[in-house]
Amino acid sequence: MWAFVFKRTLIALSVALTISVLCFSLLQLSGDLALSIGGPEATAEQVEQIRVDYGLDRPVIQQFTTWLWGAVQLDFGRSYYYQSEVMDLVVERLPVTMTLGILALAIALGVSIPLGVVAALKRGSWIDRMAMAIAVTGQAMPNFWFGLTLIIVFAVKLQWFPAAGSDSWQGFVLPAVALGYYATPAMMRLTRSGMLEVLEADYIRTARAKGLRTGTVIFKHALRNAVIPVVALAAVELGFMLGGSVVIETVFSLRGLGQLAWNAISRNDYPVVQAIVLIIALFYIVLTLLADILNAALDPRLRAR
Amino acid sequence: MTDSLTPSATALQSQLTPAWQTRLWRSTLNNRSLAIGLLIIASLGIVALLAPWLAPHDPYLQDTANRMVPPFWHDTGSWTHPLGTDRLGRDYLSRLIFGARISLFIGLVVALISGLIGTTLGVLAGYFGGRVDAVVSYLLTTRLAMPVVLVALAMASLIGGSMLTVTLLLGLLLWDRFAVVARSATQQLRDAEYVQAAQALGCPLPYILLREVLPNIAGALIVVATLEVANAILLEATLSFLGMGVQPPSPSWGLMIAEGKTYMFFQPWVITIPGGALFMLVLAINLLGDGLRDLSAPGGRNE
Repeated sequence: MWAFVFKRTLIALSVALTISVLCFSLLQLSGDLALSIGGPEATAEQVEQIRVDYGLDRPVIQQFTTWLWGAVQLDFGRSYYYQSEVMDLVVERLPVTMTLGILALAIALGVSIPLGVVAALKRGSWIDRMAMAIAVTGQAMPNFWFGLTLIIVFAVKLQWFPAAGSDSWQGFVLPAVALGYYATPAMMRLTRSGMLEVLEADYIRTARAKGLRTGTVIFKHALRNAVIPVVALAAVELGFMLGGSVVIETVFSLRGLGQLAWNAISRNDYPVVQAIVLIIALFYIVLTLLADILNAALDPRLRAR
Repeated sequence: MTDSLTPSATALQSQLTPAWQTRLWRSTLNNRSLAIGLLIIASLGIVALLAPWLAPHDPYLQDTANRMVPPFWHDTGSWTHPLGTDRLGRDYLSRLIFGARISLFIGLVVALISGLIGTTLGVLAGYFGGRVDAVVSYLLTTRLAMPVVLVALAMASLIGGSMLTVTLLLGLLLWDRFAVVARSATQQLRDAEYVQAAQALGCPLPYILLREVLPNIAGALIVVATLEVANAILLEATLSFLGMGVQPPSPSWGLMIAEGKTYMFFQPWVITIPGGALFMLVLAINLLGDGLRDLSAPGGRNE
């Protein structure tokens, strides 16, 4: 087991390193940095001075190691636009995005697991068909459009929730639904297929043969095993959601990491962009690593791979 | 098998295994989803191909005297502009029809590019295993760790958003599922007798991969391709909606939603019409994919 954890951690670290190289090259590709920092009015001498001050006259490798060393210490440099530390901006916005992501995940799990279980138990019934219909339509709905539709219906027409803003918990409801709905189909399908598979297993037959109550068989024996891969998928989906927050936060004007990223991209504020790409990628890497370890801890067959 | 179970378990068992009627209903439903999907895609494809002849107006022609005309089902709507006009007075139906071209083109080309990359990587990894497999798995893990929307947005803003940029970017980003499926399908085939026979006959490697392996994993790849066409269409719309994809005045459906956003509170149809079109197209492609998957997996949809 420890060999597996060690190997996976090593792979995760090298993937993180590759991603950091890619993020760094993003900044290099964006053109002459000294010119962008100096702005249009800077003279040639001023640009030269900036080049020296920011260390841009040094070899690229040296610049990269300096940037990486900073990134390891959570120092991503200064934003061109806000003129403040990138990390301060990120720390300020992170709670909104995390709240949104976790709320969206809770909604997705709360809908997909019960629906998946019922669909598997009543296979072929109207509930099963409805669950499948939800899965198919959910995957076809562009999430920004779904978000806008939620605003029209629940914020403008019914006025149940505010259309924008993160001042109160009500502001998080619609964006979390819009974000969570997107992850629901995959998790519901996995719950359903997992339950179908588990219900045919020998130990379920044994449990039934012992005369255990149906509820006990379903919840204590079947669901507990069927839900493991769903939990692992949920970790991965949370990583996806942090990336998808770009769209939803823009639609709902939430002051989170995603909106910061979008603003930074449209203002060519590359230190912020690369920091956010790296942070979200790291979240994803850590979450998938945890999911892998969780899966392997619970299913020893996976460790051999 | 049922004899050894307790009565309550037998009752449960009969609840769990669908009766033959349900199974028959299910298989017709699946065929029906295939048929509905194909029908919608084919009609949208024809509309996209014949756009210049079918569109009632020029999709780029501005008419400031007739801005924001509502669709025909509104009291003030007219049949001159069946789906109304946008804020610049451009005919909404014509823009919708020409927009189908953009979505379908990007969806198909992206699936082609990413399919080529992913299948090559996956087949090589699955066939050779060992080091090759390790390298491909590493590339795959790295690719999966990149947030697609964010990376595509940043790169598109760097290069400059256009239809070509979006197509290439998404083509280079969406190969992961192709690689995963091609890899595991090839692994299962590697030791098949006909592959070993070809090896023993001394067939060249490209022949084995292209003529023995590829045709046998094509079914699984086509199912992935439908998924990726749908995925690419949604992502193009997302990028265009955020202003980094297809640029104005192109009638991309995502762009139409972005342009209508400011009017959506009083005239919701400006976003429901292009959004509905997007939803219909993607739904149809997913239905087709589901139908195809059931055809290739006769055991049913247990996955």
